[in-house]
Amino acid sequence: MSQVAPRPGDPVITPALVAEHGLTPDEFQRLQGMLGRDPTFTELGIISALWSEHCSYKHSRPVLKSLPTEAPHVLQGPGENAGVISIGDGLAVAFKIESHNHPSAVEPYQGAATGVGGILRDVFTMGARPIAMLNSLRFGSLDDSRVRYLFAGVVKGIGDYGNCVGIPTVAGEIVFDAAYEKNPLVNAMCVGLMHEEDLIRAKAEGVGNPIMAVGARTGRDGIHGASFASEDLSEASDAKRPRIQVGDPFTEKLLLEASLELIKSGHIVAIQDMGAAGLTSSSAEMAERGDVGVTIDVSKVPTREKGMTPYEILLSESQERMLVVARKGHEDAVSEILTKWDLTAAVIGEVISEPVYRVTEGSRIVAEFPGSRLVTDCPVYSPGARESAAIIELRAADPSSIPELAEERDHCWTLERLLASPTIASKTWAYRQYDSTVRTNTVVGPGGDAAVLRVRGTNKAISLKTDCNGRYVYLDPRVGGRIAVAEAARNVACTGARPMAITNCLNFGNPTRPEVFFQFREAVAGMGEACRALGTPVTGGNVSFYNESPTSAVYPTPVIGMVGLIDDLAHVTRSAFQHDGDTILLLGEMAGELGGSEYLATIHGEVVGAPPRCDPAREKAVIDALLESIQSGAVSSAHDCSDGGLAVALSECCISNIDCLSGAEVDLSCFNGFTDRAILFGETQGRIVISSAAPERVMEIAKRHGVDCTQIGRVRRHSDILEVTLPKSSLRAPLARLKSAYHDTIPSIMSRTPEHATFDELSQVAAH
Amino acid sequence: MKFGIVTFPGSNCDYDAYHAITEVLGEEAIYLWHKDHDLQSSDVIILPGGFSYGDYLRAGAIARFSPIMQEVIAHAKAGGPVLAICNGFQIACEAGLLPGALMRNSHLQFVSDAVRMRVENTDTMFTNLYERGEVLRIPVAHGDGRFVASEETLDQLEGDGRVVFRYADATGKITPQANPNGSERNIAGIVNDAGNVLGLMPHPERACSPLLGSSDGVRLLESILTKVAA
Repeated sequence: MSQVAPRPGDPVITPALVAEHGLTPDEFQRLQGMLGRDPTFTELGIISALWSEHCSYKHSRPVLKSLPTEAPHVLQGPGENAGVISIGDGLAVAFKIESHNHPSAVEPYQGAATGVGGILRDVFTMGARPIAMLNSLRFGSLDDSRVRYLFAGVVKGIGDYGNCVGIPTVAGEIVFDAAYEKNPLVNAMCVGLMHEEDLIRAKAEGVGNPIMAVGARTGRDGIHGASFASEDLSEASDAKRPRIQVGDPFTEKLLLEASLELIKSGHIVAIQDMGAAGLTSSSAEMAERGDVGVTIDVSKVPTREKGMTPYEILLSESQERMLVVARKGHEDAVSEILTKWDLTAAVIGEVISEPVYRVTEGSRIVAEFPGSRLVTDCPVYSPGARESAAIIELRAADPSSIPELAEERDHCWTLERLLASPTIASKTWAYRQYDSTVRTNTVVGPGGDAAVLRVRGTNKAISLKTDCNGRYVYLDPRVGGRIAVAEAARNVACTGARPMAITNCLNFGNPTRPEVFFQFREAVAGMGEACRALGTPVTGGNVSFYNESPTSAVYPTPVIGMVGLIDDLAHVTRSAFQHDGDTILLLGEMAGELGGSEYLATIHGEVVGAPPRCDPAREKAVIDALLESIQSGAVSSAHDCSDGGLAVALSECCISNIDCLSGAEVDLSCFNGFTDRAILFGETQGRIVISSAAPERVMEIAKRHGVDCTQIGRVRRHSDILEVTLPKSSLRAPLARLKSAYHDTIPSIMSRTPEHATFDELSQVAAH
Repeated sequence: MKFGIVTFPGSNCDYDAYHAITEVLGEEAIYLWHKDHDLQSSDVIILPGGFSYGDYLRAGAIARFSPIMQEVIAHAKAGGPVLAICNGFQIACEAGLLPGALMRNSHLQFVSDAVRMRVENTDTMFTNLYERGEVLRIPVAHGDGRFVASEETLDQLEGDGRVVFRYADATGKITPQANPNGSERNIAGIVNDAGNVLGLMPHPERACSPLLGSSDGVRLLESILTKVAA
């Protein structure tokens, strides 16, 4: 039998080369032990990718195990390309969220575009047709011209890719905070719909079955993208631009149609995206799931250019490629489907019984690993965790000791500033660049509490939302983790949906730093508590560590992607006030908590205090009361109370529908145990602003669920003022001013760049 | 009546057109593959929206050379109805079925919104169920929707009543603010000389259900039924 031998021209394996591949000396020893010899250059490359944080989850896996992943409706939990839940009627929803932070920090347009492409493939490889895209974006302050360049580029990248493939982008969140200045977060979520029987798993099976590469050809782009994602960003990161892939949404659209046709055809047993670490990780993961061996001949992989080495072919992250395990004898049928869609397919390997991962280049063996658990045989770390003393101190600070500014005597002044804070302000500037209505299922599009899509052929709808408040997680990761889940659940509940399950994208700093690992461990624990209480298991997701720039780590940001189910289209509920004379109710309690609020950050420049408390059992009760009220027909509108507190929530109910503003008359004088600013701007959790023509019914339902509910005012459809009476003062806010603050801020900031600047021109501005 | 919906590589509104025809109109619809030469006795052809061939060269520029387009052009020349929506409008212009061209939006951004358009001419097979001056709410979603043509052509289009839809505000006023892409004279849709080919950037097939925000597009499809059946 032939032996693995270095390929002529391969670099010599030196400690420096090992370090360059991101392997520690201990990890290298582990590799030597696994092989019983020194690795070849190709093998070093393979392991560098597979044992990268991005692929191996080596710092996160033990912590993630604590999350709840099971429920009767979960058809596929973590470990596959995407999670899948049943929604009844034989239908299922596949969904997943993933980060593309580092590529987007260096090359925003392609970074974001390929993030969309990758997550789309993760969903359609489960056999589901993608029906919606969401995203969750974090940038620094928009006052910075490079941040505007990143924001404009990411939005255009997301739009151009999703629009071309023809999948509506229906919801998301965009947050601006200096904490993300050098390291933006770009998380993309895809949701697909399928018949349960079409579910296919990426599990290599059937000894003798051929392994095929389908879709685009393999080029030299994106080599070591996975490793790039697994290190801190630095001044040198710009030099790693070549590691960033280039997306081609047109090919993706063809690949989407071809893949779904392949899955339906029954000619294949498994399919997986060649995503991070390309051919290497897709083949190794499929082998591992099937507990079989594989052999791949890189000389048979269709390439874009001549002379690519095995190392390059294995590690390329060229986009729009799939690895398929076909049924033996069905190779031609597979090729025929790909040819119909003007794509290529080539047999490049085979499933074998021998427990080995073998790569050949023609007859030469260039890499061979024993066993079929190449991916999980990676090292696993449980680093030290210790909370930063500085954060303990911030949390202990009392926000009420911060004196009010003189201007704040006019509550309207404060409210306008909050509505004009880019995190709160309308994001229509971005959403207008996303096709949100293609496929004609979008009942509630971007800008609502959550998106709602009808499910064709049924009377049901699904509700979708991404959410996280990184500032809360920063100040108290356990509570912040709970809130991220609870708020996402509340958002889908406001549209009338029962929260079903989540996917998550955990964006953190460098896990080898004890204060970062503490945040990670605690935030995950908090998420788990909320998921258990709300009955929303985790079906998968992604961990993105090393979100650090030379100056600091980002806020710990565990983004939650929530899926909810509406059983009857008649229950779809919107956030804006609907009918004149409706009673306005506050469901949930008043507690006047200002800690960690947008008010303190925007008005006082302070990130201090304990974030609002979050009791998952109470959140469950609030959601139950809300859903029962909606199902009883008593609710005209429902809006979650979050960033900016009750004052911002009420304003949004009045002005978010720019075509149909509505005034309101509100009396909060009964809450006289709190200061006026805490009543208006405190961000106490578990609260929903409801408008109703049958307030007694809502009150009765709330009482039965043990939830506070207060009648606080009336919708004045024809008034042009939001009036709020407070214990010690009042707020009279003309809607025109609120509307202008809310709707004009981002367009006006983005027009600071030269008018009609193209994205390329913006790039030049950013370079200066 | 049988509607043939052409699927080009990169079409992505073929499915929406299919559902509008079959579910809302209750008529027969089939997909026509771009590599085929057979319209399968379709009475009406729909060139749907999307990004045919990725629109990488110029929107619609490659799709017009698809084998099926020879038959579509022949069908149109023989007076057969063609409804060309969004990318379909771009393809129809590239194929010479309609005058003018669709250029990059004046603000250079993709625009997705529910815009308003005013019905300018109700004497066409696509608009006979609307009222003249009626304002419709219809979604747009495009990057290259700015209709341009020579002054002479524009004058002629207007003179012949071939400007069928114009972007307008809620009260029906033709204003620059109501124009989502910078189209000349706020033109949203035109017909050919014979009146059997309609090209428009807004998506009537997405405005077929009150649940989704508007059903103003339904009468456009129904108009074709009345006229062609008559």
